[in-house]
Amino acid sequence: MPVPKPTAGMTRRDLLRAGAITAFAAFAAACGSNSGRPAAGGGGDKAALSQWYHQYGEAGTQQAALRYAKEYADAGVSVAWTPGDYGSKLASGLLSNQGPDVFESQLNYAMVKSGQVVPLDDILAETKSDFNDGALRANTVDGKVYGIKMIDDPQMIYYRKSLFDKAGVKPPTTVDELVAAAKALTTDKVKGLFIGNDGGLVLGIPSVNSSGGSLLTEDNKPGFTGERAAQAFSKVRQMYADKSLLLGAPADWADPSAFTQGLTAMQWCGLWAMPGIQKALGDDFGVFPYPALDAQGRAVVTSGGWSTFVSAKSKDVEAAKAFVKWLWIDKTELQEDWCLSYGFHIPPRKSLAAKAAKLQTGPAAEAVKLNTDHGVVDNPAWTPKMASAYNDMLTNVIKKGADPAAEITKAEKTVTTELSRLFG
Amino acid sequence: MSVRSAIRPASVDETTNPTASKSKGIKGNTFWFWVFVGPFVAGLLVFSYLPILWSLVLSFFEAQNTVTPTKFVGLQNYVDMLTDPNFLSSLGTFSIFAVFIVPLTFVLSLALALLVNQVKVARVFFRSVFFLPTACSYVVASLIWKLSIFNGVRFGLANTVLGWFGVDQIAWLSTSDPPWFWLPIVTVRLWLQLGFYMILFIAGLQRISPTLYEAAYVDGAKPGWQTFRFITLPQLRATSIAVLLLNLIAAYQAFDEFYNLIGSTANYARPPLVYLYTVSLGSIQDLGRGSAGALILAVIIMLLTLLQNKIFGFGKAND
Repeated sequence: MPVPKPTAGMTRRDLLRAGAITAFAAFAAACGSNSGRPAAGGGGDKAALSQWYHQYGEAGTQQAALRYAKEYADAGVSVAWTPGDYGSKLASGLLSNQGPDVFESQLNYAMVKSGQVVPLDDILAETKSDFNDGALRANTVDGKVYGIKMIDDPQMIYYRKSLFDKAGVKPPTTVDELVAAAKALTTDKVKGLFIGNDGGLVLGIPSVNSSGGSLLTEDNKPGFTGERAAQAFSKVRQMYADKSLLLGAPADWADPSAFTQGLTAMQWCGLWAMPGIQKALGDDFGVFPYPALDAQGRAVVTSGGWSTFVSAKSKDVEAAKAFVKWLWIDKTELQEDWCLSYGFHIPPRKSLAAKAAKLQTGPAAEAVKLNTDHGVVDNPAWTPKMASAYNDMLTNVIKKGADPAAEITKAEKTVTTELSRLFG
Repeated sequence: MSVRSAIRPASVDETTNPTASKSKGIKGNTFWFWVFVGPFVAGLLVFSYLPILWSLVLSFFEAQNTVTPTKFVGLQNYVDMLTDPNFLSSLGTFSIFAVFIVPLTFVLSLALALLVNQVKVARVFFRSVFFLPTACSYVVASLIWKLSIFNGVRFGLANTVLGWFGVDQIAWLSTSDPPWFWLPIVTVRLWLQLGFYMILFIAGLQRISPTLYEAAYVDGAKPGWQTFRFITLPQLRATSIAVLLLNLIAAYQAFDEFYNLIGSTANYARPPLVYLYTVSLGSIQDLGRGSAGALILAVIIMLLTLLQNKIFGFGKAND
């Protein structure tokens, strides 16, 4: 009977092999994380697509997004619904191969320059003339359209009529009147104005526009410089120093709860919140644009919104484009549903906007008119790096009381460097 | 036949060559060593050393919105970060945070340990009560602090209490002048980590021999400050050093409470990790500058650790 051989020790080769297998297993485990994409092969020959959304506040939107994806027959589409910091998750996702095929965002030039998104002119061609100018301008870089606008979201100031009447205040038409109104409406229970817990970064764009300036000029130079812009930023600082601003609310400016709970008499918010506000306050509210700085300035409504993009790293770009075309171009009833059945948004398609009954009466109609008259759309050349420097400038001016002219000079330097990098 | 050979028959090699037997035994142990340690080593390589190495590479390139850059920029990213007022200010924020949190945690956890150690009844209950917050997530605790205790409206807990005394509501997290935000930031971390350091001190206290106190009493020492000053504190030296070091390291890693309580846009309350997150992984996506900043921070941490080592005398023979 042969003597059984004891367990032999590990040779170097065995060790390397075991190490390689373990490393591969660890790597595969990391790479195999759930990207929201359906498992390959689950739908026969159909492509498997992953679609990313940020979390909308309006009830029913997630179910709607899932329903749209399920209705699409030519590919398996899974929906990732992201609460919290969607921007950071998306930015990281677009760096990897585990990111989305189709996603919603706002276009900036850096995304195009680094090749993260593909042009969508071919799927847009037949219906391009039906999209409003702003929807196209916000998604166009070097003559190519990279995003299909899903919703137009005008942002303006909501105000409580009863509180205005009680304080004898009229809707302001200049920034000085806004500053005075915010002060007059502030009591020990209610603050005059809510523009976000960060002290008003969201007013960065409307305030410079109200002075007659802009973030960038037509030929892509810093447009927020000069004395009038400094004056516009100082007005926001004045409201902060007057203690007229609501700070530290449980929900931020995009959510209307501070306004509906009576914590503030005025709030910067979007059209999306109007159904909820109507439900809570009935007719006791109205809207007005961010007022003109003075007679030389202009009133402003920030015309934001979301667009859909196709990732250049998608495993099947053509299938992703086909899905986007089906969802946001061909199926007009779905865009109508998305814009009007939950919160209120203006459909970017002119034909749909014209027949949107819910937006043709009352404060909703007023908001649409304000958007038409005073709307300012995003400039794709304004990148997150520029926005970061600009926000630092605003924080220093508003919260620290820093000299606006000096802060503008610092922000201008960063923005100019970034513009040189992008445009040479 | 010995018991050993009865259990495991000797191999031909072992019977003929004792040296080979010893070698096989070591190889067997080596095999199991790698079975258990291998996955962790692989994890360390794949998830720590490889990213650090890649970060080093990225720090020499213009890497905006990409992790596979092509434009070499030399030391420019390092120069940019070292002259970036926001990065320098984030280091200042960390320093202020460390100045608050390290001594406070040390003193309060030691005080808690002394109190709980002296309790005669329900000792386990008290230890558990103070230790339980350690099991709570930083994110959850931060949200409770932000939404319930330190929100800036009239129905927040802190403002309600102030209201009883006629004090106006304070926007705790949204104001830098005065810098009220430090109160929620520091208290949330104290609440979360005091219990852990208290347990370390209790373990240290229980290692002190009662005979030392008895001898002191015989020599005329009074219970209280005298015995604490001349017996308890010196006997807790090793534990105290460990608590200080762990605290400082934890302060370096401050992220969750700042990010969840204040966010990443407030440039007056951004510790280095929050700022680097914003620059590299957040919306800006400048991985070149972010990597350079991360490596500068790593060097600073290493230097500070070496300095601590020097000051506390770790590694000396009498430790």
